[in-house]
Amino acid sequence: MRVQRCKGMRDLSPAEMKVFGQLESIFRDGCLKWGYEEVRTPTIESLHLFTSTGTLTPGMLGRVYSFLDWDGWSGERVVLRPDGTIPVARFYIDSMADKGLAKLFYITNTFIFEETGKENREKWQGGAELIGVNLVAADVELVILALEVLQSLGIKGVELRLSHAGVIRALLTRLGLSPEEQATLFDQILEGNTRALARLKPGDSGQKEALALLLERKEKSTRFLREVKALSPELKRPLNNLIEVAELLEALGYDYLIDIASGRGFEYYTGVIFQLSTGNKKIGGGGRYDALIPLMGGKDVPASGFALYLNQLMKLLKPKTEAKTSGKKILIKAKADRPEILKEGFRLAKSLHEAGYSAEIQLGDEAPADLRWIIEIQDKAPRFMLTDRAKKRHFSAPSVAEVQQLLDKESE
Amino acid sequence: MSIKIALPKGRLLAETARRLQLADLGLAGYHPKTRFYRLTSERYPDLFAKIFHEKDIPIQVAVGNYDLGICGLDWVEELLAKYPSSALVKISDLGYGEGKLYMMASRAGGALMLKDAPAKMDTIRIASEYPNLAESFALSHRLRRFSVFPLWGGAEVYPPENAEMALVSRRKGEPLNNDLVPLSEIMGFSAFLIANRTSWEEKDLSEITSAIERAVLPPLAEETPPVKSVATPVPYPAGDTVRLALPDGHQQPPTRQLLDKAGIRVDDYPSASGNRRPTTSLAGVSIKVIRPQDMPLQVANGNFDLAITGRDWLREHVYQFPSSPAVELLDLKSGRVKIVAVVSQDLPVTDSRDLRQLSNGGESGLRVASEYVNIADKYARDNHLGRYRVVPTWGASEAFLPEDADLLIENTETGQTLARHKLKIIDNLFESTACLIGRKDGASSKKGEKIKAILEMLRDAVEEFK
Repeated sequence: MRVQRCKGMRDLSPAEMKVFGQLESIFRDGCLKWGYEEVRTPTIESLHLFTSTGTLTPGMLGRVYSFLDWDGWSGERVVLRPDGTIPVARFYIDSMADKGLAKLFYITNTFIFEETGKENREKWQGGAELIGVNLVAADVELVILALEVLQSLGIKGVELRLSHAGVIRALLTRLGLSPEEQATLFDQILEGNTRALARLKPGDSGQKEALALLLERKEKSTRFLREVKALSPELKRPLNNLIEVAELLEALGYDYLIDIASGRGFEYYTGVIFQLSTGNKKIGGGGRYDALIPLMGGKDVPASGFALYLNQLMKLLKPKTEAKTSGKKILIKAKADRPEILKEGFRLAKSLHEAGYSAEIQLGDEAPADLRWIIEIQDKAPRFMLTDRAKKRHFSAPSVAEVQQLLDKESE
Repeated sequence: MSIKIALPKGRLLAETARRLQLADLGLAGYHPKTRFYRLTSERYPDLFAKIFHEKDIPIQVAVGNYDLGICGLDWVEELLAKYPSSALVKISDLGYGEGKLYMMASRAGGALMLKDAPAKMDTIRIASEYPNLAESFALSHRLRRFSVFPLWGGAEVYPPENAEMALVSRRKGEPLNNDLVPLSEIMGFSAFLIANRTSWEEKDLSEITSAIERAVLPPLAEETPPVKSVATPVPYPAGDTVRLALPDGHQQPPTRQLLDKAGIRVDDYPSASGNRRPTTSLAGVSIKVIRPQDMPLQVANGNFDLAITGRDWLREHVYQFPSSPAVELLDLKSGRVKIVAVVSQDLPVTDSRDLRQLSNGGESGLRVASEYVNIADKYARDNHLGRYRVVPTWGASEAFLPEDADLLIENTETGQTLARHKLKIIDNLFESTACLIGRKDGASSKKGEKIKAILEMLRDAVEEFK
């Protein structure tokens, strides 16, 4: 019987985990430098956190992994976390609501069904959430944090697209649609279906054109937004907000593209939305979601955040080439069928570990290429024979203490 | 090249049989009085038919056990609501067996309107035989918190006390229960000819499908469906009313007998008009008639304080929810059956150890069919059956062996039906009788005295039986 992975699930091999670990540590360092603190939320959450209007779009909700828990006789379902932000918002309401400002980050997996099974159904993301303030500075800080991480990772050609949920919503309100129709159309736009607009009644044409124009234009400056603002007073507030964020980024030397149609997938956004890509691959995104925490039953607390898509980033990273041979790595050869010698081997390994060396007992036939020292344990004196593979020299030592002295001296 | 078709029992059988006769497929054995599940064609030597509960047909066709099937579109959509990528093709609307699915709320329950529903912070409970369609409805209407009670039947009796909404099916001409108001029409349905996608693409099914499609008849004068009882709007039971659930179906006569022995008067039970809210002489007790399969969950979630069901269904529930508060209070000692593991007589298997070997030998794993999916799952786990899958069935499960399942977990009284289908029992799981169930903490609640009194009346009646 063949043992197979489940469809849409993937393993991370030792080589891939090296890349993943590198990603994690650079992301973690980046967040810590800006004063964010790490949190970890559970894999299983209540479905109802994600169902109400203003959280996930129906398209995403139709693909969550939901089920009845072992005590689910009430009929209410639980879900494998489909998103990183909503659980953190839930955690904030649960445990930090009295703290006011919270700067949190996480590295987590999310689960969304994908039909063909060729794409990942389990995805990893690193995200940061800035809860408690509604300031242009907060949105800009998050964009810069994301860009800094990408820079530290050495990702080239990163493109930043800015959009604004408030602009789309204001336009939809002006189209004279009922709240349900607005919500449906907004969801369709967020799911990337800009053609949904074309199906609107011709009577709405003036507004429809303004919306179409906004959704089609992609500009490297905020100038055209000022023009639109003059046309439509309702758009003034959200456009001013978007312009402020864009201009602060511009003053700090960051390039961007205003692309109103780029904000998609999450209904909870209320303000600036940003998306990061390189070579047409989306590698991250985020935005302001001031209504989410009150909607989930928390206080009226504004927030914004972003996530980087670690699966995409892994494809762009190469594992760091390791130093040729490390003076800190040692292989101990101790005959496995000689209890006395084996015991000596384990004692040596223990004291070397305590002294800060990596030391492993040889179990297979081959010696890993990246280690510098081999120490063979012998029956008779001198107990330890040392080989320096880097300099092709041999030494002997009668005791563990002397082995250590020798290594300290020669490894410098 | 053999062609397999799954045909419905139940409401669609008579009309489907007429059409197939006209289509001249040589399936003369398919008629309302048939006692066989397997049919071969006198005309097409490669055509093989099997009769299933209508609800099983889309699943059997989707998994590729059958190339073709005839069933209501409602059950096709119920499957697709949860598994949109199922390998099913809807070939044609056969134009009979029409009906509609409605989302209903209680007139008495009143004010709940759909557009207010998303804003509600309370859980909205939806009762239905179509749990997947009910969930889709809840998600697309953006209900914030909802529970779906997957039912075996009787959804319309749940609102207003036990559910805010019920997704119910109504055949053409069947009046809506006037206790309930439709909030939304979910879909219209009729009998459909469906095919497995791979079979449709790779086999030549056209001779059979066009014969079926051509066989159009003026529909039989539809027998007017019985008017469902239109019980007077019920006042909400007061907080200390004991809510008792009595079984519908074939458990009614022994239950009636027991109630009589216990001196508990219940009017209109069993009900000729389908009344599901009989009245009783017991003060402070309200009664509803629901499916015994659905009772343990409804006791666990607090909708009922007491219920008369079978130990099999209580176990089925507890295996799904091990910490459930639903417990057996009294063995009613009637309706004795054994729950058994069954295989085909042709299989060289005599016990669960042989089964384990069989399971480990196969590439695709053992197929375990059962109405009791959680009991079947636990049996497979406890016996380390390795790779296996549980195929849920909705009755006539013995027809699944040997083609469409390898193992069956089934109840049996004498074993005769099983033997007639060339099946053999390889394991006894447990014995089941009717029992009174309640909540663990029931006796200590404020209704505790009344619950204890009813329990004692029934206990005395059972003792007397002996």
